[in-house]
Amino acid sequence: MACELNPATLAAYLDGELTSAEAATLEQHVRGCAWCAGEVAELMHVRRSLRVARGRYTPDPAWKKRVLQEIGAGARTTTRAGARWFDRTRLEWSPAAIAAAVVLVLLAAVWIQQRSTVRNETFREVADLHVSDVASANPVDVVSSDRHTVKPWFAGRVPFSFNVPELAGTEFTLIGGRVVYLEQEPGAQLLVAVGPHRISVLIFRASPELERALPSESGVQRRDAFQMTAWRSGDLRFFVVSDAEAGEVGKLAELLRQANP
Amino acid sequence: MDPAHFEQMALPLFDQLYNLAHWLAGNRTDAEDLVQETYAKALKGFRSFEAGTNLRAWMCRILRNTFLTSRAGLAARKTSWLEDEDPEGGEALAAHADTPERLLLEQESQQQVMDALASLAAGDREILLLCEVEELSYREMAQVLDVPVGTVMSRLSRARARLRAALGRSNHGV
Repeated sequence: MACELNPATLAAYLDGELTSAEAATLEQHVRGCAWCAGEVAELMHVRRSLRVARGRYTPDPAWKKRVLQEIGAGARTTTRAGARWFDRTRLEWSPAAIAAAVVLVLLAAVWIQQRSTVRNETFREVADLHVSDVASANPVDVVSSDRHTVKPWFAGRVPFSFNVPELAGTEFTLIGGRVVYLEQEPGAQLLVAVGPHRISVLIFRASPELERALPSESGVQRRDAFQMTAWRSGDLRFFVVSDAEAGEVGKLAELLRQANP
Repeated sequence: MDPAHFEQMALPLFDQLYNLAHWLAGNRTDAEDLVQETYAKALKGFRSFEAGTNLRAWMCRILRNTFLTSRAGLAARKTSWLEDEDPEGGEALAAHADTPERLLLEQESQQQVMDALASLAAGDREILLLCEVEELSYREMAQVLDVPVGTVMSRLSRARARLRAALGRSNHGV
């Protein structure tokens, strides 16, 4: 018999759009409901089959080259127009200039405020990556507790390489990994279990966008409901986020630092 | 954001946006026009793009709006784009004829999926592309489509049900 649960809720679950509490409730329901289990399987199937639509059409190379040049020229013109305007504007120490200076100071204050908003939003994105992964029915694309399987899997999928520390003999268990995107950059996500908790390790190539958006170096901090720590090692940016204890997050971070000096 | 960053940030999205444009427009010539116009508009309005938000979603929105006002878009709109919302049983999913295991093992050929996707109404195809190909979140899709998140959920649900039906037909000859 058909279940009365809204099919959109099942879809939201697979799309990683439920909160972890909602996802847990739903998982419990699905375990006891054959109808919904069937729906989940079919929806997963539909989602998977649509992956072939990615990159189905590719631009004509000659046309692409021409358009990219046009866009490049357009972008440079737009930027230069701004620069010319600045050259023409001579600042004189008039009341108008003083007023302008006051406005600039105010704008700077707003900018600093916005910058911290950007950081908060990016932090939320990192936290969302973690939550959507934990809530997902198939949280990882490569399932393995063996670092020698997980590390090579990322080769060719992300534009950098990193070392996975040996977790055997520690309280941590490697579950697997998947490719994620932050600020349009591909990155690696490792999912690690510690007791009932999950820890996400997110690794991205260091970029000006990321440096702007996130604090470069931090000890383990509590942000919203998560413990989070971030650091940079060479060209790599590491974020570790979890609902586990701060001590455990710190310990895993230390293992990662040692493996990626 | 400063237009100086435009090239660096927007050009990597080129192929992906072309793919979406070709899916929406249905042919190469219109897709090329659409991508070119989208980039021109995006560059012009780049100062209004907020750093830290999803540039792909922002550009998808421009691309979609450009498409809807284009000749091809107006034609698509007239026929099948804006259907009335169907709050009744319209979104109920088809009963499963097979066991989940069997369905999971079954692999449609790529061509069948492509044909099924192409056979859908433009609005259904669009939301499936935004979700599965562009991998936008519900919130981002709501921004691109200019509708509430609840509408995104119901449209997506219906589009998936129709795709399933289309695939079912092509598989079992029902």
